[in-house]
Amino acid sequence: MSLSADRALPAVGSKPAAPADRTPVLELSNIAKTFGGAVALAGVSLDVLPGEVHGLLGKNGSGKSTLVKILAGFHAPDPGGAMMVNGEAATLPLKPGDFRRLGLSFVHQNLGLIPSLTVLENLRLSSLTASGRARIDWAAERRAAREALSRFDLPLHIAERVDRLGPVDRALLAIVRAFEDIRTEIEATGRPGLILLDEPTPFLPGAGVEKLFALMRSIADRGSSVVFISHDIDEVMAITDRVTVLRDGRVAGSLVTAEASHEAVVELIVGRSLVRSAPRAVAETKARPVRVALEGVAGRRLQPCSIAVGRGEILGLTGLIGSGYEEVAYLAFGATRAKGGTLALDGGTPIPLSELSPRRAIDHDLALLPGDRQAASGVDSLSILDNMFLPDVDRFFRGGRLDHAGMRREARVLGESFEVRPNDPFLKLSALSGGNAQKVLIARWMNRKPVLLLLDEPTQGVDVGTRQQIFAALRAAAAEGMSVICASSDAEQLAEISDRVLIFAKGRIVQEIAGEAISKDHIAAATYASLDDKDGAGADTRMQEQMR
Amino acid sequence: MTTEAVAAEAKPAVNYRRAFERVALILVWLAIIAIFGAIMPRSFLNWGNFSILFASYAPAALLALAIIVPLTAGDYDLSVGATLTVSSCVIGVLNVWAGMPILLVILMALAAGLVVGLVNAFFIVYVRIPSLVVTLGTTSLMTGIVQWMTNSSTIGGIDNALIMAVVGGRLFGVPYAFYYTLGVAIVMSYVFDFTPLGRRLLFVGRGREVARLNGIAVDRVRVGALAVSGVLSAAAGVLYAGVLGSADPYSGLNFLLPAFAAAFLGATTILPGRFNPWGALVAVYFLATGITGLTMLGIPLWVTNVFNGGALILAVTISQLTRGREASDIG
Repeated sequence: MSLSADRALPAVGSKPAAPADRTPVLELSNIAKTFGGAVALAGVSLDVLPGEVHGLLGKNGSGKSTLVKILAGFHAPDPGGAMMVNGEAATLPLKPGDFRRLGLSFVHQNLGLIPSLTVLENLRLSSLTASGRARIDWAAERRAAREALSRFDLPLHIAERVDRLGPVDRALLAIVRAFEDIRTEIEATGRPGLILLDEPTPFLPGAGVEKLFALMRSIADRGSSVVFISHDIDEVMAITDRVTVLRDGRVAGSLVTAEASHEAVVELIVGRSLVRSAPRAVAETKARPVRVALEGVAGRRLQPCSIAVGRGEILGLTGLIGSGYEEVAYLAFGATRAKGGTLALDGGTPIPLSELSPRRAIDHDLALLPGDRQAASGVDSLSILDNMFLPDVDRFFRGGRLDHAGMRREARVLGESFEVRPNDPFLKLSALSGGNAQKVLIARWMNRKPVLLLLDEPTQGVDVGTRQQIFAALRAAAAEGMSVICASSDAEQLAEISDRVLIFAKGRIVQEIAGEAISKDHIAAATYASLDDKDGAGADTRMQEQMR
Repeated sequence: MTTEAVAAEAKPAVNYRRAFERVALILVWLAIIAIFGAIMPRSFLNWGNFSILFASYAPAALLALAIIVPLTAGDYDLSVGATLTVSSCVIGVLNVWAGMPILLVILMALAAGLVVGLVNAFFIVYVRIPSLVVTLGTTSLMTGIVQWMTNSSTIGGIDNALIMAVVGGRLFGVPYAFYYTLGVAIVMSYVFDFTPLGRRLLFVGRGREVARLNGIAVDRVRVGALAVSGVLSAAAGVLYAGVLGSADPYSGLNFLLPAFAAAFLGATTILPGRFNPWGALVAVYFLATGITGLTMLGIPLWVTNVFNGGALILAVTISQLTRGREASDIG
């Protein structure tokens, strides 16, 4: 596939004209993966050319991360697929660590740096820890590190600790390291390598993204390839030569970036053509008395914004990763310290969020179900009963002792009504499946009949059947007057339960979808369109910006 | 449906295994009593021997109880041995050398334990230094202070009232000392199992973030746990002074390892997978029986240490192997 060589890239400079008959660095054909009965990848074929920056796009659950994990040797693909690296067949499944020998290298979203060690130690990590070396030649290591940094004009001091670097420098360092890890391989064989960047940008400021792009481009200029995974279509359009879009485990389409429009890409991701600014549905949003009013809530990435939730309303929050929607629930509960804002219940006196603690939030009948079930929501090694009544054990302290029998009775009834299987209150939480554990934890909060239930990704790792049970429970409680704020990256889920959905981008609310206008596709499209909606820029102006 | 059926079928088998696990250590204890009894029917198997054993290990047992409070909340307190020494030497110095009344002196010893606990808590909870490091440091610090306080000498002649209260009389043939420890174990098992505070302690130890997001004042619980372990180990020091009738600036640290061994060994029995007071108590006396029996057989002193350490590692290993992946409960 030939590429238009004359395409100018913002702040990057032109790239060399590409010969048309190159062997792909990576060629995948018919890669499939099923987990149990669930199809994650249904035969994906894809090729990445040398010197190319290749975008990989797709919604959550489209199969991107499964594909990455197969390349990293973490998952074994179903038999029948093939993988060629520089024209040579690689044996599938790959073993962990194989990828480096093949000239592949990964930068994951968390970057994989060790913050308490120096730039030098991080950069030379694999060399420093390689077995079979009697001693470390520090002078040579320092020289190699300086060379690597100067190769990409990265002005970092090698003795600086990584935790003192800014987020941009950290990302750049991780990418340089990824390249260094395969450089010797590349130089020895004279063949190009491939670096895969898995969403490295969501938390970077705009100027940082440009530096990152320059670095990606200079890697490509050396003849190696870069695979860039991102949710941000604008970024992908700005840096890539070609784009492959995954949808529901299949390749939805492959485009030459310079020839593709933003709309075409969104359409491939979402799955059907949509008018970008769909009717800003007013329709019949039932007039609800405001139950909870958040004013000027601000967090790490969230810019001050105000959100009102009606009595019995289920409000969905969504956006791309890093857009700030995922912070709201924690800020409103006092779980993370807010930079500002207030919370008012039933038109009462506003409580400054900076003074709110989880204890006070619970006393105000707020409830939070965090997204990280194992680390923040429930304790696996303790019983269902203990987990269920954690916030209100005091209720069972009667006549100088905990009423164990009463707890057991109530836990059994509660488990029954939330259909926890198996419904044995003395089982450890770890004995339950993810879905059932989540039911226990939702039951914990619903049992308290909170004014406002805050949910963060409530159905992550939850099977479809359980998901329906959870939704039904939420709807029933909402019908009785409980308000719900549900942050989720899953448009389908939001479409199913929300009365209203707020779309976030770059820390602000950019769109509101309500009533009839709520649909999975509309939410997904709004999420991806959210970036330019904010600027009010249509397709034309954006194209002009790109040509600039 | 199928999961329910499987769970129902699997249940009785699991319960037998669990029931056995609960009493395994007690059975092993009875077994070693039987073995030593068979070898030395007259000298080992007499009530006098056991009565001394119960009394002389009462301070060690109290120390093991002290340790499991912060352990349950997820913090190590290595300073309990040194706190025991400080407490008994405070009694020696103030009562014998300064002539202060014994009741006041006991209160001051307990207060000293409280101060140690709060100092530990300050550095662990507020400065956020790992508990192992802090309590290792305060151990050395207190050991030094004790040497300065006592001129490195044993102080004899502690008020007879204390000695009488600790070993001066017997109930059911066992000296009083044992019953103080028993009393603490009863109170602790009540707090652990029958109060909301016990649940909070457990959740703070098992999942700090979970506890915090459920409205538990995590820092306060940790400070409280460390303060309690300070006071309880000081109380162990009071018992120790009473059992010995003197204040010894050196031997207190010898209790540290057996007490830790007992705490972990105890977490494999009665309520397997949890630090629990009855388990700790059983474990202390299991170790004590083993050591007493071996000593009576004339086995050299070094075997004591081998027995303590070996029993700890063996017990925790067995528990780890039988419980498989569940075992991450402790620590």
